[in-house]
Amino acid sequence: MAKVTMTVNGRQVSGHCDDRTLLVQFIRENLGLTGTHVGCDTSQCGACVIHMDGKSVKSCSILAAQAAGSTITTIEGLAADGELHPVQAAFKANHGLQCGFCTPGMVMTAVDMIRRHQGQLDEATVRAELEGNICRCTGYHNIVKAILAAAAEMSGARVAAE
Amino acid sequence: MGVEGIGARVARKEDKRFLTGKGRYTDDMSVPGMKYAVFVRSPHAHAKILKVDASAAKDMPGVIDVLDGKQILADGIGNLICGWMIHSKDGSPMKMGAWRPLAHETVRYVGDAVAIVVADSVAEARDAAEAVVVDYQELPVVIDASKALEAGQPQLHPEAPNNLIFDWQIGDESETDKAIATAAHVTEVTIHNNRLSPNPMEPRAALGIYDAGDDHYTCYTTSQNPHVARLVMSAFYNVAPENKLRVIAPDVGGGFGSKIYIYPEEIVCLWASKRTGVPVKWTSDRTEAFLTDAHGRDHVSTVKMAFDANNRIIGLKVDTIANLGAYMSLFSSAVPTYLYATLLSGQYDIPAIHANVRTVYTNTAPVDAYRGAGRPEATYLLERTMETAARELGVSPAELRRVNFIRSFPHQTPVIMNYDAGDYEASLNAAMQAADWNGFAARKAEADRRGMKRGIGMSCYIEACGIAPSAAVGSLGAGVGLWESAEVRVNAVGTIEVLTGSHSHGQGHETTFAQLVADRFGVPIDSVNIVHGDTDKVQMGMGTYGSRSGAVGMSAVVKALDKVEAKAKKIAAHLMEADESDIVIENGELKVAGTDKAVPWFQMALAAYTAHNLPAGMEPGLKEGAFYDPANFTFPAGCYICEVEVDPDTGRTKIVQFVAADDFGNIINPMIVEGQVHGGIAQGIGQALLEGVHYDPSGQLLTASYMDYAMPRADDLPSFQVSTSNTPCPNNPLGIKGCGEAGAIGSPPALINAITDAIGNNALTMPATPQKVWAAAHAAK
Ligand code: FES
Ligand code: FES
Repeated sequence: MAKVTMTVNGRQVSGHCDDRTLLVQFIRENLGLTGTHVGCDTSQCGACVIHMDGKSVKSCSILAAQAAGSTITTIEGLAADGELHPVQAAFKANHGLQCGFCTPGMVMTAVDMIRRHQGQLDEATVRAELEGNICRCTGYHNIVKAILAAAAEMSGARVAAE
Repeated sequence: MGVEGIGARVARKEDKRFLTGKGRYTDDMSVPGMKYAVFVRSPHAHAKILKVDASAAKDMPGVIDVLDGKQILADGIGNLICGWMIHSKDGSPMKMGAWRPLAHETVRYVGDAVAIVVADSVAEARDAAEAVVVDYQELPVVIDASKALEAGQPQLHPEAPNNLIFDWQIGDESETDKAIATAAHVTEVTIHNNRLSPNPMEPRAALGIYDAGDDHYTCYTTSQNPHVARLVMSAFYNVAPENKLRVIAPDVGGGFGSKIYIYPEEIVCLWASKRTGVPVKWTSDRTEAFLTDAHGRDHVSTVKMAFDANNRIIGLKVDTIANLGAYMSLFSSAVPTYLYATLLSGQYDIPAIHANVRTVYTNTAPVDAYRGAGRPEATYLLERTMETAARELGVSPAELRRVNFIRSFPHQTPVIMNYDAGDYEASLNAAMQAADWNGFAARKAEADRRGMKRGIGMSCYIEACGIAPSAAVGSLGAGVGLWESAEVRVNAVGTIEVLTGSHSHGQGHETTFAQLVADRFGVPIDSVNIVHGDTDKVQMGMGTYGSRSGAVGMSAVVKALDKVEAKAKKIAAHLMEADESDIVIENGELKVAGTDKAVPWFQMALAAYTAHNLPAGMEPGLKEGAFYDPANFTFPAGCYICEVEVDPDTGRTKIVQFVAADDFGNIINPMIVEGQVHGGIAQGIGQALLEGVHYDPSGQLLTASYMDYAMPRADDLPSFQVSTSNTPCPNNPLGIKGCGEAGAIGSPPALINAITDAIGNNALTMPATPQKVWAAAHAAK
């Protein structure tokens, strides 16, 4: 048992867990943040993607202890003041989700993707970037559409602000 | 149509909770005192259990108990059953072998559950599961269905000699043979339909909670049909009487058929909760899902299609062997029979059809319905055969289909089905136009110059949804009725709850069912709540599968709405001292037609509940229920066209365009319908190009993770061009046919027809991996 402390969605949290506890288990079981999902055992599906120190990470692929001291954002922390983040809003507007199970990971991946590409995305790039996220429901068609729409909106907003 | 009514592209009400991490799936549930379960599973595909020794495991840290198959037998928990009786052609009933929730004598596939470990944490339960010592005596194994039928092969169940479950037929064999004997041309092919793993992204899970005070059980589970789960667990598995068992299917992360069935794990978690006195939660990991979720497809068929001199089909003869795995899953017997062979007429006017189907036990996971369930197998068989015939006869694939289309309705096929409506040429034309079929030759020439092989292929599918009526399916062997229920409750303030027996696991019912109410009463969808998935809240219902929620579930809602509307009008007429027949409901008001007299909807509702001023003799309140049993199946149909480029050096296939033209009847929300088609096509492309379950000869599953089983990913797929041209279904009040499975049914043959066109070799099996395509392309040279 080790004590692990980190900042999650803007709040400092700590908990005791087995050394072998994965970050995703810590988030789900210790913190009760069940929006982050587990869809596989081999770090393939991306249902567990969170942001760790600003970058998207598969939270099933690191130990909770390794994340000690880091700053984490989960899907629960993305919407500010009850307003959907532009990526969340675009998923809704474009029907980018069906059963919703892959959705938190997809959204967290998309936010980081748009950030890294400064909103300059095309269909082929989005599809290549989604390599690590599996969706069984949507055929990706509307997920790709949603990410492109969000990227356009967010870079438009950035240009307008500059 | 109002902005939120029938036909409107309304964004989904349920999305906010999924997008903000507030979805509530079974594994998200947590109750005080809850402990975690891990199953001890057989590592052998076939073995006798000599001894289960859990003494060391029970002493490990955190372990509450370890329970095995002898204990569950002693407590009287029953065998798992198949709920659809099929008789062989000799009149004998299907041979159902015993399936125990925990095996105590024999294990028959890798993953067969042997014991359950309950501990404080998943990690401790897993450690202890490894410490359970099971003595096995290995037995010989058979995994191939054709081989399993041969003499001298390992026998799985004493009830089923030569592993044959049933030998069934449909249609007129002698008429079909006569047609083949007199044909101008006979096309003969062998068709393999590959075994698939459904893979909803949410793994199965169950939380069993036993309340000793009331002797009552609650089960949270990943189910597409919680009422059916309760019925089966109560009536057949002897877990608890129905009034002592509540089943809740909360948010469910996809099903695709695999969450219809009642598996051993939910039964065992409920039983273990009573035995241990603590709530017990089990969540499958992905490898367990590959091992134990019911697989789909796995057919091998030989086909003879007979043509007259005018290229008209005069007969079709099919012989199919279907692998059902180690045990008969809940609806496994219906899939390769009434959901498959009854669709072998496709969109074509075929005077004589005969199909023979043998189902077989093997040492593999049970096989049952997976998106489409039998209809993809029928469509793939027919559409590959049509394409082969067109090539042999030297006619264009479109022309051969056109010549044979059914053109007048209703149409009685020789294999039970009576098609009610359709316009197959309209979807063919729409698809060919959208795909610029006529421009293909130029595109192919251009690809040739780049050294790429370009091909185009089509498929014209039909499916049957909303299987019904109950009396008819009962006469064909179904153990349940296939109706649906609804209750509409208007609250005193005018807001509305709709309780439906349908279950949403991605289909968006919270939005589309609310659209029906908005359309009827002109109230905003935000004032309508859809309640489903809880046997304590919702009246008995049959759940969601087979694209039935629109055609059957919504029809039940419509019937209940009719009753609510009638009573609401009576109340309004009374309040306004008008004639009931003059009342119209518009924009949330009940009006006297042709006057400016109106009562707001909420005021009428309040009047129903205050009951101060109701028509004489009327009961207070406003709540109506309905059970709807359809008159017939519905028959969605369409045409899919796929265009590919194959790299002859690598065998890699790139889909350059994919066109779908569907006829779904009337549509409630086009955005959601398109989403269903996209997802279905992706699964069909997955089957055709990427996916396949493989066992080695000893019965070890080689494809038990996402490293080994190729799921379609975003960069394997193109964007799709989808459209609909609809002929309303005459048999239900909304004219809906259903759209959930079409994509998975229509797409595999279109893709394989395109690849074989590109490489000039018709001999190719699914999945068309680069290795297979490369070999086939080179063999063609
Ligand atoms: S659960 Fe992390 S990638 Fe699948
Ligand atoms: S929406 Fe169901 S897995 Fe993506």
